[in-house]
Amino acid sequence: MDLFNLLISALGQGFVYAPMALGVFVSFRVLNTPDLTVDGSFVFGMTACAAVTVAGHPIGGILAGILAGALAGLVTGLLQTSLRLNPILSGILTMTGLYTVNYAVLGGQSNLYLQSTPEGGTPVPSNTIYKMFGSGDASSLLLSVLLVAAACAGLIVFFKTRSGMAVRATGDNEEMVRSSSINADLSRVGGIMLSNALVGFSGAMLCQQQRYADLGCGSGMLVVGLASVIIGQALFGRHSVSLGILSAAVGSVVYRFILQLAYQIDMPSYTVKLLSVIIVVAALSLPLAKQNLSLAKARRAGKGETK
Amino acid sequence: MNSQLSIRGLTKKFEAGTPNEKIALDKVDLEVQKGEFITLLGSNGAGKSTLFNAILGKFLPDEGRILLDGEDITYQKDYKRALNIGCLFQNPLRGTAPNMTIEENLALAYTRKASRSFFALNRKDSDYFRQILASLDMGLEDRMKTRMGLLSGGQRQAAALLMATIARPKLLLLDEHTAALDPASSRKVLEVTKQIIAEDGLTALMITHDMEQALRLGSRTLMMDSGRIVLDIQGEERARMSPRELAELFGKKAREGLSDRTMLAL
Repeated sequence: MDLFNLLISALGQGFVYAPMALGVFVSFRVLNTPDLTVDGSFVFGMTACAAVTVAGHPIGGILAGILAGALAGLVTGLLQTSLRLNPILSGILTMTGLYTVNYAVLGGQSNLYLQSTPEGGTPVPSNTIYKMFGSGDASSLLLSVLLVAAACAGLIVFFKTRSGMAVRATGDNEEMVRSSSINADLSRVGGIMLSNALVGFSGAMLCQQQRYADLGCGSGMLVVGLASVIIGQALFGRHSVSLGILSAAVGSVVYRFILQLAYQIDMPSYTVKLLSVIIVVAALSLPLAKQNLSLAKARRAGKGETK
Repeated sequence: MNSQLSIRGLTKKFEAGTPNEKIALDKVDLEVQKGEFITLLGSNGAGKSTLFNAILGKFLPDEGRILLDGEDITYQKDYKRALNIGCLFQNPLRGTAPNMTIEENLALAYTRKASRSFFALNRKDSDYFRQILASLDMGLEDRMKTRMGLLSGGQRQAAALLMATIARPKLLLLDEHTAALDPASSRKVLEVTKQIIAEDGLTALMITHDMEQALRLGSRTLMMDSGRIVLDIQGEERARMSPRELAELFGKKAREGLSDRTMLAL
């Protein structure tokens, strides 16, 4: 595969997964809460989308995916606020519970192709938004880009509204939010719902693009999202929320590009997960490594002087 | 006449029913008139902060009632009563969001009284924020886009004070809000506090450990010990009292409380 095709492929995947990265950005960076619901809500978005798409509603399928993600977020949010469960545990509980739900949505099977079989006939591929938009990789990529751009724009505007600012402040200093007579629990639940709605959106996009839903698609999704957010941050820095949103989307594309490069040097595809983890650990530990390095330098310099 | 703040028989026991039971508030009665500025003294563990936290709704009392401007807020949710109560703590970090700008912090606090608008930041509010920041005389009005976390402790506490009072609360609670600041910042924040309370005619309670400050500021001084209000001085008596006399009285009351408790234990 030449570099151009590689880039196109990375862009295509990167933009499909970008809303998921945006969702992780919202929970991880804005709300400052690691949310493990992601692995489950991604698949929930996918299965809900598949069920509705097969029934013949491509746009409804995407909306169903978004709604499914938001619903998953609502459950996690209520576990965190109403029941005061630990945020990480809340996410794990929802994610685990969703496994059953997703199975059920797919009618008791672990995957579903987007096609319908008329009685006695051959399977007919279901209509998808990608098919509606046009054929070919280029138009498919363009649609993904448009959808992601809309999601980014919506998010940027939202975080400038009063409710959006309350969500940001809840992640920054929850006590101060309560003191300002704002229902911080509501902001938190709203933020987690928004985050998972984006994740579900991403799952729905992937579902229609690859024309099937698979329960295995969600595992390790949080790490992928984190890697995207961190890569974006490494490229653009941590300045404002608006920039953070855009860099998370770009990070998703760059992440896919790195993976494509890794495939080029003949790494088997099952190494993806480990590679993602290494990227995340390396990026997260960078500040500490920098600090230790400068400390070691200072120490060496100090020794030199005393001699 | 209706008091601005009325506390009746407020009682709170921690770890009730265990050998570690501690009566943090012991049937506290307090009437605060509108516009009164009260200083509150008491040694550590006397119940001052517990009283504040009860008023703020951080926990529910075991017995008693809290009325704010005639409205019973005893069982109201903490964020709901925050609409009319401003508070400021010793730690400047508690009152502000570090990763948001000064302007955004003020806008969030102003949500309580601002006219509804789609975007949180708008020209009209910003002009108002600039004006009140300028009154601090710290140059913060030119740094409205600066992240709060980059400010010094004194600057953050001053900003937090503006946030606590931006909606003209019916009650302002100050819990040693200058204790963690350096002398110059402490003076500055205290000066601004006095100015805001006077200008807006706020009803305020301030916890302090400084006898001189307790007498000099405000119009009434309370002292707490073992969860009770043991001293309440105002008017002529307060005007004549020296910090030294107050300190002696403070020591005496604390000892009395101690012997009371020893008697009870026997």
